[in-house]
Amino acid sequence: MASEVAATGATRRRARARIARPKPTLLLGLTIVVAMLLMALLPHIVAPYDPSKFDYDAILQAPSAAHWFGTDNFGRDVFSRVVYGARVDLQIALFTTLFPFLFGTLMGALTGYVGRWLDGIFGRIVDVVMVFPFLILVIAIVAMLGPGLRNMYLAVSIVGWVYYARLVRGETIVQKQSEYVQAARVMGYSPARIVFRHIFPNAVTPAIVYWMTDMSLGILLGASLGYLGLGAQPPTAEWGVMVADGKNFMVTAPWISTFPGLVLTLAGVGFSLVGDGMADLLRPKS
Amino acid sequence: MSRPPAPHDPRAAGLPDGEALLSVRHLDTTFHTPRGPLHAVRDVSFDVRPGEVLGIVGESGSGKSVTLRSILRLLKPPTEITGEVRWKGLDLLTASRRRMLEVTGAEISVIFQEPMTALNPVLTVGEQILESLRAHEGLRGAAARDRATELLDLVGIPSPRERLGAYPHEFSGGMRQRAMIAIALASTPQLLLADEPTTALDVTIQDQILKLLLRLREQLGMSVILVTHDLGVVAQTCDRVAVMYAGRLVETAPVRAVFREPKHAYTLGLRLSLPSGGAHRQPLQPIPGAPPDLQDLPPGCPFAPRCSYVTDACRAEEPRRQPVAPQHTSACIHSDRLPAFEEVGS
Amino acid sequence: MSARSPRTSAGSAGTDGLAFEVDGLVKTFPVERTLFERLRREEARAVHALNGVALRVERGETLGIVGESGCGKSTLARCLVRLHEPDTGTIRYHGIDVRSLRGDALRQYHRKVQMIFQDPYSSLNPRMSVGQILREALTVHAMRPPKAVFARQSELLDLVGLPVDSLERMPHEFSGGQRQRIGIARALALEPETLVADELVSALDVSVQAQVINLLLELQSRLHLTVLFVAHDLRLVRHISHRVAVMYLGRVVEVGATEALFKDPRHPYTRALLSAAPSLDPERKTESEAVKGELPSPMRIPPGCPFHPRCPVAMERCRSEVPALLPRADGRVHACHLEEPQPTEDARAA
Repeated sequence: MASEVAATGATRRRARARIARPKPTLLLGLTIVVAMLLMALLPHIVAPYDPSKFDYDAILQAPSAAHWFGTDNFGRDVFSRVVYGARVDLQIALFTTLFPFLFGTLMGALTGYVGRWLDGIFGRIVDVVMVFPFLILVIAIVAMLGPGLRNMYLAVSIVGWVYYARLVRGETIVQKQSEYVQAARVMGYSPARIVFRHIFPNAVTPAIVYWMTDMSLGILLGASLGYLGLGAQPPTAEWGVMVADGKNFMVTAPWISTFPGLVLTLAGVGFSLVGDGMADLLRPKS
Repeated sequence: MSRPPAPHDPRAAGLPDGEALLSVRHLDTTFHTPRGPLHAVRDVSFDVRPGEVLGIVGESGSGKSVTLRSILRLLKPPTEITGEVRWKGLDLLTASRRRMLEVTGAEISVIFQEPMTALNPVLTVGEQILESLRAHEGLRGAAARDRATELLDLVGIPSPRERLGAYPHEFSGGMRQRAMIAIALASTPQLLLADEPTTALDVTIQDQILKLLLRLREQLGMSVILVTHDLGVVAQTCDRVAVMYAGRLVETAPVRAVFREPKHAYTLGLRLSLPSGGAHRQPLQPIPGAPPDLQDLPPGCPFAPRCSYVTDACRAEEPRRQPVAPQHTSACIHSDRLPAFEEVGS
Repeated sequence: MSARSPRTSAGSAGTDGLAFEVDGLVKTFPVERTLFERLRREEARAVHALNGVALRVERGETLGIVGESGCGKSTLARCLVRLHEPDTGTIRYHGIDVRSLRGDALRQYHRKVQMIFQDPYSSLNPRMSVGQILREALTVHAMRPPKAVFARQSELLDLVGLPVDSLERMPHEFSGGQRQRIGIARALALEPETLVADELVSALDVSVQAQVINLLLELQSRLHLTVLFVAHDLRLVRHISHRVAVMYLGRVVEVGATEALFKDPRHPYTRALLSAAPSLDPERKTESEAVKGELPSPMRIPPGCPFHPRCPVAMERCRSEVPALLPRADGRVHACHLEEPQPTEDARAA
């Protein structure tokens, strides 16, 4: 038996080592996201200027020591607007994904576990939603309801939960077949316990990972709709809106669009990396 | 951790100077994993003679399947394979890829454990046989189809001509295995490598396939390397046995000797842990512990932590394999202390 | 159903009653028809896993159940623990009708009859520590008051030969053999009378199998368990079983005391199975195949005796009439038209 214990001692050491060494890309992603969060939570500390302050003496200035990202056609400091924009865009990231994640996960777990008639209904709903390209559907709904962030959140929620539900449903069905769930049934545990204590924690991890990457998609979506004039409305500092505003000045003052665009991309990359890293961490070890 | 290849020493394989078809010397296979190098196969040497069935037996992590794949260079980089694998004089490891493929396609064939993954699902069985016949026997058209039908018949598939047009998924497990053997035989190989060919099959089907392999060995004068973890399969089909543990070859011997007088503590332990007509419902004699992690091997003999004959000498230095009896080699320094195994029925 | 009837002759352990009494068990799994099949009005296919299984398990004995793919042994095991619901037939456990149990009574049944699974890598929840797994079993069934839970967890680990510090560890930190021990500890937490082991050691390395088998033998004698040992390894089954039941395509074709069955198999399939199993003695080789032909799929079971297409002694009668599992003149029990059954009013199966 000593040799068996020795064997597990070695395994334990290795398990600890694995947890202590997260992927460097995860750290990079986290750094980016934390920086964004700082900008969002404490913009008045990070940003040197008031983002909506017009300054007609400093119109269309190139990046300089005074204005790191230059100024736009109203003399507003682009850097400060980017910083204040973080708040808006991170909110977008959260509100376009939170409801779909929560509702979709719950529906997916229920459908996957109960199956049969519930699965039939669910399948039809999914079919209808998936027929349309995501963006088109969202734009259509926003167009019906009217532009603005609230309606955008509504539109995305109506459509987006389906993707999470599908993911979690599939995973639930897989977990339902696994032997530890069969064991739980033979142990006489109630269906509620089996679903919430056993299946759910194992089925939800793909949804969590997808949520992280979905946030980066959410930012891009918000920016796209902002660019189209259907999302945040000017004069709100929002990265997509800023890119749109600057498009008339692409030749004369490219910094107005470029910097918000770059930060947008960076935010997307940051969340993607975090999602990737979480996938690694959350994967059940074997 | 690779040693420079020693000069060709027939005694290292436990054979007198004779014609060996395949001669493996100091084969060493290392995988490069994120956790560091993994020596899956360490200093493995053996010979295969014409017409003989050599069994390579071991548990998980023993390196038996990796050995087979190393011989044919079937492993993906980053994998380091050193040593010598001489097929009728030609070193397969250092030959050009083209030359190696010529030789191995025509003279050496492989069959695997899972026919469903080893066979191409989008080609009919007939097409897969014809492919081989075209490439290695130069047969075409009607002559090729006739030969393919013959092969399916040879492996015991009923209605062979009709079955040429069937896809792998239309066969049952045992039939698929037979089809895989037929494809392997298309090039009239002199050596058949079989990697756990019956592990996934039911007992009665396994019996059929093993008998088929033995029959083919007789009819075609083929040699076979049979990789398995099942000692029963070894006893019933092999002429000689090579036992692997933790990537090393720990014992080689004729099959009777391996079962009657094992000369390595691991082989003995393995044999003793199987129920064999001893007192009914009495505790078995297990080997304590579990097979080792190849990336965390203790110094000395890899079996030392689990061995009941272990002494300090075992832990000091990894023992080399030596001849301990005619045709019998062992890497156990206590081979003379091991008892012979009493014959107690099956 | 007296304990002194021929079928409980030398070799069986229990004389104090029957644990399980199974009769006429049928279980079919329908296979979804594709659209094309529906359009062509083809008959729905189904996997006929169990086709009238009859079985008796004595209290305290180890009954080995063997058979190849499609024989239904795993389905049978799962029906006994209510993981599957049979279509028809009866299962009685110490006289109780198992199929009708619900709610609390069903929970009580689960306490008495537990199952250990085959795959050590998926039979434990990867996100629960060993301690959590055992604690859950102990608290859901109120096996111990909260204060006594830790002591009982330690006891259970000791029972299966695992160190106490296993409680904080996650399943992936253990080897296959150790995980099976954890699975056994989980089952034992409910203090069952009967264990159903479905391929307990098939997924383990050979050198580790003996460890777990020894544990099972020890536990059985210590805790007076009844064990159903479903396996395909004939050598192991022979070693640990008092009696053995051989299944083929959803039916029991032979059942009897282990040694009698292994030394002198009566049913042609049993003979083939035993002959096909490779012996560990290189001197003892069989020349010809044990049996010809493929294993039929349980979706297309041959009429009459399911073995007749492959049977070396099949008669005309075998093609149309399903042989019943009946005791013979010398007490042996099997389902074959070859031997006349024992003339007795009690013609029920063993």
